[in-house]
Amino acid sequence: MDVKQQKLNKEYQIYVQRKMPKSNLLRDCILAFLVGGLICTIGQAVNNFGKSYFNLNTEEASAFTAIVMIFIGALLTGLGVYDDIGKYGGAGSVVPITGFANSIVSPAMEFKKEGYVFGVGSKLFSIAGPVLVYGITASVLVGLIYFFVK
Amino acid sequence: MEYLRAFLVGGLICVIAQIIIDKTSLTPARVLVCFVTAGVILTAIGIYEPIVKFGGAGATVPLPGFGYALAKGAIKGVEEMGAMGAFVGGVRAAAGGITAAVVFGYLAAVLFNPRMKR
Amino acid sequence: MAKHRLGGQTIKLENPPCILSRATIVGKKEGQGPLGEYFDVVLEDSLWGEKTWEKAECRMYQEAAKMAITRAGKQPQDINYLFGGDLLNQIITANLAARSLGIPFFGLYGACSTLTESMSLGAMVISAGYADLVLCVTSSHFCTAERQYRFPLEMGTQRPPTAQWTVTGAGAFLLSNHMKPPYITHITTGKVIDYGITDTNNMGAAMAPAAAATIKAHFEDTQQGPDAYDLIVTGDLGRFGRELTIDLLKKEGYDISDRLIDCGCEIYSKDQDVHAGGSGCGCSAVVFGAYILRKMEEGVYKRILLLSTGALLSTTSCQQGESIPGIAHAVTIDMDRG
Repeated sequence: MDVKQQKLNKEYQIYVQRKMPKSNLLRDCILAFLVGGLICTIGQAVNNFGKSYFNLNTEEASAFTAIVMIFIGALLTGLGVYDDIGKYGGAGSVVPITGFANSIVSPAMEFKKEGYVFGVGSKLFSIAGPVLVYGITASVLVGLIYFFVK
Repeated sequence: MEYLRAFLVGGLICVIAQIIIDKTSLTPARVLVCFVTAGVILTAIGIYEPIVKFGGAGATVPLPGFGYALAKGAIKGVEEMGAMGAFVGGVRAAAGGITAAVVFGYLAAVLFNPRMKR
Repeated sequence: MAKHRLGGQTIKLENPPCILSRATIVGKKEGQGPLGEYFDVVLEDSLWGEKTWEKAECRMYQEAAKMAITRAGKQPQDINYLFGGDLLNQIITANLAARSLGIPFFGLYGACSTLTESMSLGAMVISAGYADLVLCVTSSHFCTAERQYRFPLEMGTQRPPTAQWTVTGAGAFLLSNHMKPPYITHITTGKVIDYGITDTNNMGAAMAPAAAATIKAHFEDTQQGPDAYDLIVTGDLGRFGRELTIDLLKKEGYDISDRLIDCGCEIYSKDQDVHAGGSGCGCSAVVFGAYILRKMEEGVYKRILLLSTGALLSTTSCQQGESIPGIAHAVTIDMDRG
């Protein structure tokens, strides 16, 4: 690409950036705060329920909470509600573990037409797979570093 | 109070993610990866533990909490069985969540069908 | 230079072909929009009784094609060529539809510019005397496009304000050498233009330079200005892409702000929550076929310039960080044969 075209591109990109409407950050943040906060509060209630009703210790209660929240996220995605929550909640519905469930169910459900192995089976982790890859790899690294510096 | 703290901490973590999504062109999938990894690292350097102590589910339900469980499990594994624990501990601690995601995810995908967005 | 060429990118057709008949089919949301009453068929739901959205889109494509043929009182075997395409990988909708239509077929891919691309080629073939009847069909479907290019439908994501909504719709146009207005008189073929936009949620900005370049080339080649047209119709630039195009042409000395309309802006109303407007192969096809041509027949517009605009991206090219090239092809639609 010649220099003149590069300059033209740069000018256009700056101009577009200036001209384009921005997302309403304040509104988005407030909604993310409310939705995310609410989901975590529900999580806290599940956690407390596990502790008092099943006499779970802290770690068990965390696992119990994760399982229940993932179930809720998967169910709401299946019922077609979670995308509506996501439209308003933004990151507030993406970051909690219910959003992780949503990212698993939504592609799997949609690719069911491509079969149960290469459709559902492989698409389950099309978005969530990287999360596991990087999370687990990072944790192994942390464990190994801890082993050597301990 | 416990609920209020969970609400505040959980809400704030989501706000950080929202700012990243709006201000950069990172897709939600990338944000999820970053947040899990951030959870692992913050736990390793001892920052996430106090947040969990304070926020409860507000810190464990968002995805950095998943990273927290992985990192804490890996460290515990190393303490129990040495270097091999780094490979066993993390996933063992998060096994409930991962298995639930696979099983419920599969069931929901099989039972339900997607609908046109309104 | 060839006999009928005007300037670098434009041709004046020696025997301007006419648009003999047409048909449009749209989805429910488009039917609820401001142009709802103009469309021939409005679907009840996104599946139209089919098992998959891909099958539904294919059926829309076929039915639109058949309807346009029947309306002209013809049979599929009377049609010399089918030119068409869609947005899906390997233009599979068009290929599958052509399988059952049984018309000699040229498959085209110009992303959302496929409508005017196919009309350009169809008109040339007729004008040159190689065909009597050519059918041009394009389609797009929100659900099939969304799952190929973006996210699963049930995924809870937010759409930025510049995002556009893929139109569920199919439009078919039967071109012929009859003497019956409206006619296709000029064709300006666009070049692929890329100003380095990489945001896939801002197709309007990626396509606006291509639209502006083609309009400018058309004006220069034909030595006419915006005044020669009652309307300049772009395919799917959306609200912001339209504004960018107007600004870009102002810099070149052409003011088209009073006569540029964009099909993507017209098809939905503000309260339908589509952000910047509609997009897709079906967008310009159904708005042009159902609304603009009707207004031309009613005598509201006599001469228009139609540009379908395409963003030539693939999911692979985006992921590899490639910028989004744009293209726009223009055809002049005139009630006089010129």
